[in-house]
Amino acid sequence: MGETVKVIGAFDSPFSHRAEVALCLKGVPYELLLEDLGNKSELLLKHNPIHKKVPVLLHGDRAIPESLIIVEYVDEAFQGPPLLPADPFDRATARFWARFLDDKCSTPFWLSLWTEGEVQQGFMKEIKGNLKLLEGQLKGKRFFGGDTIGLVDIAASGFAHWLSVFEEVAGVTLATPEEFPDLCRWGKEYTSHDTVMQCLPDRATLLARFTAKKDIFVSTVKSMAPK
Amino acid sequence: MAGEKKGLQLLDFWVSPFGQRCRIALDEKALPYEYLEQDLGNKSELLLRSNPVHKKIPVLLHDGRPVCESLIIVQYIDEAFSSSSGKPPLLPSDPYARAQARFWADYVDKKVYDCGTRLWKTKGEPQQQARKEMVEILKTLEGALGDKPYFGGDEFGFVDVAFVPFTAWFLTYERYGEISVDKECPRLAAWAKRCGERESVNKNLSPPEKVYEFIGTLKKKFGIE
Repeated sequence: MGETVKVIGAFDSPFSHRAEVALCLKGVPYELLLEDLGNKSELLLKHNPIHKKVPVLLHGDRAIPESLIIVEYVDEAFQGPPLLPADPFDRATARFWARFLDDKCSTPFWLSLWTEGEVQQGFMKEIKGNLKLLEGQLKGKRFFGGDTIGLVDIAASGFAHWLSVFEEVAGVTLATPEEFPDLCRWGKEYTSHDTVMQCLPDRATLLARFTAKKDIFVSTVKSMAPK
Repeated sequence: MAGEKKGLQLLDFWVSPFGQRCRIALDEKALPYEYLEQDLGNKSELLLRSNPVHKKIPVLLHDGRPVCESLIIVQYIDEAFSSSSGKPPLLPSDPYARAQARFWADYVDKKVYDCGTRLWKTKGEPQQQARKEMVEILKTLEGALGDKPYFGGDEFGFVDVAFVPFTAWFLTYERYGEISVDKECPRLAAWAKRCGERESVNKNLSPPEKVYEFIGTLKKKFGIE
């Protein structure tokens, strides 16, 4: 196509990674524009006025926000290995589990890290239950997408690379290899994949940054009404 | 699995705007299906087996295989029956237009139902807040509609399907929220009327007074004055 491709993203963000990995898997070169989320740029606010969040994909004069919408756009707009299956029922299944990650995993995961006592136990039970359901979708395959990385792998990438970093910072254990053998195996497959590694943020840097921000993270859960 | 029923079945609940999205999509494609009303207070084996993760309606069964989540169901209907129905697609073919359609349908999902629920479930300050938010949400959607006859442009499409069931809830929002959609968002009100002239919409939306009555019953049940 020859039009410029840019990703407005953030170093720490697994959602931002989803946009990048989709482009990498399609072999599409792009420029990464890193945001300081504490001081959002004019560019970000202009291209995502509704949600004001990263990532936003800029393709020529088009702006596409929302990470899962970006992944489907990249799949449809560029040549290269498909990120979604061809069969409509399999596509519906992939979309279901991608949505499941955003609707049912993100919030209890976050809350399980930074709350305490009985409240924390409740959220830990919830996220572990949901991760078990997700793990069930692997069914012995290398990736959720089968032999190659697909939409659900990309949607779940936070639990491959970011999970252990957050566990370390919070002093919490959510997914051990004993309890989640398939999920942990998948996590290793994902994070050691050649193309994925091109756009995965350095783990040690993530750990340092999140450790420095721990107090901020804890304060965010105070404004989130527990269920 | 033994004894799978052939064809299409929809597990649904009469007043659900999410279920109505699916009914509208099926009718737009002229697809025959069996409607199975669910008792949400006493969920059936079929529902629990078909949607074990969320245990919610709507669920579309196609030759016994379940598809869950209303917008995923609508996309499935669009993709699985694209050539056989001979009807125009609900999602456009251009990738960017598709991304925009998915964005606005997602916006409706994230904003309308939750805010609408707070309009009738809360009182005082939270209700005032919900009222302000609903006006903002409706104006934002009106902005996305612009001067087009439908969200999709000249053709009734994905975002129209996603949002139109909520137009049956405007009366309820107006009465509990003291909002006038006609006054605040006249172009949106005109769009709602235009959609209402389509057979698929007319046939499947709940009459607004019935929605209002239903919410009244829920309020009594939850002890909300």
